[in-house]
This record gives sequence, C-alpha cells and structure tokens, in this order.
Amino acid sequence: MRRAVLLGLAMFTLAAPQILTATCHAADSINPQADFKAFRKYFTERFTNVPLNDFVNGPYSMDAGLRKQWLEIDAFPPYQFALDKGKEMFNTPFKNGKTYGDCFPNKGIGVRQDYPYFDTKSGEVITLDVALNQCREANGEKPFDYSKDDMAALTAYMAYTSRGKRFDIKIPDDPRALAAYEKGEEYFYTRRGQLNFSCASCHVQNPGGHLRTEVLAPALGIVAAMPIYRSEWGGMGTISRRFTSCNSQVRATPLKPEDELYRDVEYYLSYMSNGLPISGPGARP
Amino acid sequence: MRTRGMIRLAVILSIGGSASAALAASADDFKAAFAKAEAANEQAGTLKNQWTTTAQELKAAQAAAAAGKYDEAVKDAQQAEALANASIAQAKEQATAWKQAVVH
Repeated sequence: MRRAVLLGLAMFTLAAPQILTATCHAADSINPQADFKAFRKYFTERFTNVPLNDFVNGPYSMDAGLRKQWLEIDAFPPYQFALDKGKEMFNTPFKNGKTYGDCFPNKGIGVRQDYPYFDTKSGEVITLDVALNQCREANGEKPFDYSKDDMAALTAYMAYTSRGKRFDIKIPDDPRALAAYEKGEEYFYTRRGQLNFSCASCHVQNPGGHLRTEVLAPALGIVAAMPIYRSEWGGMGTISRRFTSCNSQVRATPLKPEDELYRDVEYYLSYMSNGLPISGPGARP
Repeated sequence: MRTRGMIRLAVILSIGGSASAALAASADDFKAAFAKAEAANEQAGTLKNQWTTTAQELKAAQAAAAAGKYDEAVKDAQQAEALANASIAQAKEQATAWKQAVVH
C-alpha cells in the first residue's frame, strides 16, 4: 500500500500534462459544432485506415487480432442472455397495465440514438437509463439500480432495436443545455485520481495503445456500443458502471451512478458521436 | 573520569528518552491528525475530487487507532492528509488546465 501511495504521488507530480499531443490547444469558448468538427477530424486523420462507422466498435477498430477474436465470440454473443431478459422485461406490463413502451416515442423501439437529451423542463440531461427509471416511477414501480443487471438488460434491448440508427443528439437553444455540454466536456478532459488521468488521457491521447493487456478504445463512438458485456466483469455493465470503474482505475472516488456530471459527460460524448451508428449491446474484453 | 562517564550516560539517556517520547503518539494525537485529514478530504469532496487512496489511508488510521497503535494511526492519518491535499491541488490546477487538452 505504502509503495502504491508513493508511486501514485510520484506519478501525480511528474506525469501531469505532458502526454498532450500537438493537436491539443486551449479552448477559448464553448462551441459544440466546432468541437464536433475538430473531434471528428482528430480521429479520422489519426486513424486513416479505420472506416468512420467502425469507430463504434472500440478496441476492435484498433487491433486486428482482437477484432478476429471478437468476430468469433460474436457468433454466440455473451450479451444474448441480457438481451433476451431485457426484451421480456420491456414487454411485460407494470402492475397498472402500462408498459415501458408507453413512456417513449415510437413505443421505445429504435430510439436509443436520441439519448441522452436535454430536458428543458427540468434543466437536466436525461439519459436513457434515467428515462427508464422515470418511466418506472411514473407507473408506481421502484427504480432500478443504475449499475446492475436489470438496467443493463433493458438498455441492451432498447439499443438492439436501434442498431444502425445514427446518433442524433441535439443541444437546444438554452444556456443550461450549453452549460451541461460544457460541464461534460470539462469532466472528460479533467485529470483526476491519484494516477492523474483524465478520460481523454486514455481515449483521446492513447486510443489503440495498451493498458496492460487492454486495448484502449477511441472516444469517438465510444458510447454507441453501450451497454456492454465485459469479460473482465463477467457480466453486463451500463454506462454508469463504465464511468465508475474508469474513475476507480485511476484511483479517483467515483461519483454516484447517473450523477449529473456523469450524465453531462454522456451528453458530450454522444454529441461527439453524432452521425455514427448505434452498435449496442456490445462485448468487450 | 567518573564525571565524564556520568555525562555520557546522561546524554545517552536524554537522547533515548526524547526519541521514545517523539515516537509515542497518544489517542489525542491521533484524533487531531485524523480531524485534519478528514477536513482536507471533505474539501476535496466539495471539489468532487476525492481519491480512493485517501479513503484507504483514513480507514487504515482508524483501524490502527482501534488496535491502540497510535504511532501507526497518526502516520496513516498524516498520509491521508497529504493525499487529500494533493487531490485539492490537482482539482485547483485542473480547473483551468483541462482546456489545454481539448482537441481543436
């Protein structure tokens, strides 16, 4: 433990912002459209051999060997059980006779690409997971834990019905929406934890690189495959689970699942993925 | 000769005595050190930037104190305070530095 602490402190002192690439510069003002263009350009110019739509496949778009393994695994996808369970849950009426479909446009089929959205009534970002729990509570049901299997199963099914549909995240003409976007961007690029890593340290500055045996996924399209079955977890995981585990890995105390800041990060990343196809549920090592 | 011997003995005892006094922390020492560490960690919490290792050191400090090992408990609490202060410094530095990393 003591060695780990000292090592971490040393990394915090020394590692710091030196990993930045030459393409990163100071942001003077918040401009989502300009950010989007720059983000897209950064990844497509850095990985010229990766077709744009393939970025949603995360590490498999970066590593040929890993991709071969994934294609073999996908013949019998490890998320299938969750998908079946999610479909059953989705179609089972609540005690009041209504269903999840009654809470969503198009009865909840093929709508994943529109989430998260900024709710001008509450002034908050609403993710698909939050919308599902709002639906449950509005119908007299208890909300699900955002990190656990039930929520992962439901979102897996909804993602599956949306496969191939392209992210269409909007930032309404509302200063609160822009502020939420900015907070998400800030959280994504802010170094945290004893190891002094930001989300961007891995997924912008080092996609395709390795953390031990893991191949780092590019941030472009990274949310398209959610939820995912992770072999490391031995089960399904939601976006909340992914964010909290990333925080823990850099020795930062995670926020609560679906904390406002996590929702803002998802908003930012999803906006950056606009135009890319939903590929979830996914499977990752 | 005898006087010299006595002086030497006195010096040795004096050094030994003060060294052991410096090492022997009390329950109050622990409480003070722990309170400082907790305050720093709470401040990190308001900045939404606590570290898991700070929590681990706080827990270790409490466990050592519960076992009556106050030297160890104080040391752990001081370590926790140092970690919490580092997390506060990180948050303050990153409040503006994050913009340098944005892709443009």
